[in-house]
Parts: sequence; structure tokens; C-alpha cells
Amino acid sequence: MSISVGAVELMNESLQRTPLYDLHISLGAKMVPFAGYEMPVQYPLGVMEEHQHTRKKAGLFDVSHMGQLRIQPRQQGNGSVAAEAFEALVPMDFQSLPVGRQRYALLTNDQGGLRDDLMVARQEGGLFVVVNAANKESDADYIEQALAESCKVKRQFDRALLALQGPKAVEVIADLFPQAPTMRFMDCIDTVLDGAPVTISRSGYTGEDGFEIGLPAELAERVARKLLEHPDVEAVGLGARDSLRLEAGLCLYGQDIDKTTSPVEASLMWAIQKVRRPGGERAGGYPGAETISRQLEDGVYRKRVGLVSEGRAPIRAGVELFADETGEEKVGRVTSGGFGPTVQGPVAMGYVSCDKASPETRVFASLRGRMVPVTVKAMPFVPPGFKR
Amino acid sequence: MTTRYTETHEWVNLEGDTATIGITHHAAEELGDVVFVEAKEAGTELAAGEAVAVVESVKAASDIYTPLQATVLSFNEKLSDDPSLINSAPEGEGWIVKVKLASPEEFDRLLSAEQYQQKL
Repeated sequence: MSISVGAVELMNESLQRTPLYDLHISLGAKMVPFAGYEMPVQYPLGVMEEHQHTRKKAGLFDVSHMGQLRIQPRQQGNGSVAAEAFEALVPMDFQSLPVGRQRYALLTNDQGGLRDDLMVARQEGGLFVVVNAANKESDADYIEQALAESCKVKRQFDRALLALQGPKAVEVIADLFPQAPTMRFMDCIDTVLDGAPVTISRSGYTGEDGFEIGLPAELAERVARKLLEHPDVEAVGLGARDSLRLEAGLCLYGQDIDKTTSPVEASLMWAIQKVRRPGGERAGGYPGAETISRQLEDGVYRKRVGLVSEGRAPIRAGVELFADETGEEKVGRVTSGGFGPTVQGPVAMGYVSCDKASPETRVFASLRGRMVPVTVKAMPFVPPGFKR
Repeated sequence: MTTRYTETHEWVNLEGDTATIGITHHAAEELGDVVFVEAKEAGTELAAGEAVAVVESVKAASDIYTPLQATVLSFNEKLSDDPSLINSAPEGEGWIVKVKLASPEEFDRLLSAEQYQQKL
């Protein structure tokens, strides 16, 4: 057997550690390299139990490897300057997003593909942004240069980011932050803990209700341990984070979306507000707008869809999809796939040609030399637990 | 009956010319929760080092190799209903396949328990 995950030798001296590294080790985590960091892929509980625990109670994730940024106007004053400026880089509406609200956003490139996906919250003094770990330096450089005239970018990469996810998260977090239960899904507030600035959003990457807490590194372990003291909380690693987001139908940048996939192809049009679409008041005005508008008008060749295969064998990233059992006509490819612990069966997502993209269409996956029937399904695969 | 091991974390038991192959405790632990197991069909002829089965955990798919030239005899059907047997009893009830070795005398070339332990 070749052990591909979990036993990876940590030979690379240059790997960074999050402020919770010691905590992970003391909890018995299995550490793996991920986006330049040594990260916990699982704890002794195991991926399956960690996943189930998050869906039933609450899981605590260290996501400090992700990049936290603040975009603030150069001139003292109104944060709306940052919201307006940022719209030049994303096809989202930030001008009418109220202060204290967060929104999923896409940094597009000139070809209409995606540089990154990110979470952006409007704040009194500007925007609070969370970007993917692997892209954080390049995103920060890009935003800094593009908005140089009007805004400055504060990199807060030394801060920690914790995610507390699951139906019990709200009860647990209330012990530390009494105001948290009054927040709605996608609210984002700045607050203070022991005199230190903390940013809390009611959002996450699991499809469950939950919170993300941005805080100074020196506070991270104490807060994490305090949350873990609660009987309903277990530490959860990257393994379960991946299976949870897959069941929730959420994209992983670099796998399900990248610089070659447009929002139209990636089925992310829900993230583009009407006012930025063709015919809207502030239509276009972001990189790749022409391509994306044309795609909206004329359609695209492929679409990201949910995929459920027959039987128990998972179909994973890279598996090719065909129109029928002969395997003559290739119609797509799986970009993420595995076993869904909540679904109790294989789930996947991938791109298929548009004529195969409607739910209940049957395609075939080429798996170890045989053809496995696969049905196109609407996502998410599990009902969301958000508190809107 | 002796058990021998491979550098790729399989264990092999030999009775006559029939070998039983599974994965070691160490491998099962590294893999994590097993969700699916599938083997080559009975009658398939395999060269030494070829994949005889695949074990899928939540995290990844891993090939299981026959260390010696062999013909597949049977698959542990219990694993179809309960793949987690590989986690609970990897070196017992969670065996994966039985194969007929082409040259049973080669069995002694595989690692002893001590040799395998040293490689971990």
C-alpha cells in the first residue's frame, strides 16, 4: 500500500506554523503540509467522527493559515470609499452592503477566470477580507497595487483565525462573546476580548451554522482551549473540513475553481448581485466583465455540478466522465470527490458539458477500468444549517 | 503459520500455496476510516508488485499490492458490508484477498515481523 495522506514526511524546513501548533501537537493531531503550513489533517477522533461531530454538535477548526486583510481608505474618513474602490476588482455589490455584513466574493482576472474566492465584510473604516492561504501574498499585492490611489491594504497574516462550526456553536461561543447569538448569518462585527481586538463573523465553510473568530496570535491558544473545554466541542482537522465543505457544495480554490474557470461555468452566478450584471446600474467595471457578460448572454460549454455515483466507490478529483458506457464521448471531469460521512455515500462535484448539466442526467465515470453510473445532482448534498 | 510483511505495509499469511493479504495495523491507522474496499476479480493473474485491491478511506484511495506473482482466488466479502473491519481488525477479520502464489517458495523473501517493525 502506498500511504499518500497522513504519513507525509515533514522534511521541508520552511513550513510555517500557526499560533495553535503546540495545541495541535498536545491534542495528538496528525500534521501535514498544507499551503506552506504544518496543519492538523485529523485528531485522534478521526475524520469520520470529526465530521459527524461538527454536523451534530460543534467542531473547532484552526484556519489561521488563511489571510486576513483590511482595506482602508488612504484619507481619514468613510469606509465606503474602500467598498466603492473594491468593486473594480470583483463583480459584487459592496456599496449597498450594510456595515457589519459579510459577502462571498470572487477576484476575477482579465479572461473572466478566478484569481481567488474570498469573504469580504463591510466595516465602519473599510473592508475586512479573508482570502485563501495559498494566495494570500499575491492577493494582497494585487489589491494593494490595484487600489493604491485610494486605499491601503493592512496584512494581518500574524493573526489567528478560529472557526467554530455546528448547531451547538452559538451556545458555546456565547460564553466568550455574549453578543454573538444576536448575530445573523453573514453578520461580521469587531469586538474586544481581554482588551484585544477580535473580529467575529457568523459564517464558515461547512454548511452549518457557526462563527469565525479573528484574533491576535497570543490570544489564540487560550480562546481555543476555552472553547474546547465545552463538552459539545471537538477539535476538527482539514480532513473533515474537506468532507464537510464538499457535502455543502462549496468550492475549494485550486481544485473546483481556478484562473481558468469563470463564475458562469463554476455555477457561482448567485454570488453576482443584479446591480453588477448586464443591465444593472453598475454593470461590469471589473476584470473580465466582457467575457462574463458574453457568457451570461450566449451560455458556456461546461458547468460545475453535483455528482452522485451508484454503489459505494468514491469518485475522486481527476476521474473522467463520459456520455455512456462505451467511454467514447468525454463529457467532463470530477474536481472534488470522496465519501460523504453525513450522506453515508460517495459525493462529488465536477464540470460537465452543458447538455449534461441538468439534475438527474446520467453520465459515467471511468473508475479503475470500468464505467460507474453517476447522476448529476443539485447541491448542497445536505440541508444548510444557517441562521438567517 | 508465519506472517510476513512488505515495505508497502501489506501482511501475508501462507497456507500451502494460498496466501492471505491484508494491510498492517500501522497502515490502517495511517489511512483512517475505511469506507470502501474492492479487489481484482477471482482468476486475475498478477505480477509481483501489481495492485490486487484498492482501499478507500475518507481521505484517499490507496492501492494494495501483491508482493509476489499470484492469481486472485477470493475477496473478503464481509468488507463490502463493513469496510471498517480494516480499522477494527486489520490483521484478522479485516483481511482483504486470498491469492494463489505462483512460487510459494518465494514467500520467505518477504520481511519478517522484526524487519518490518524496523522499517516503520
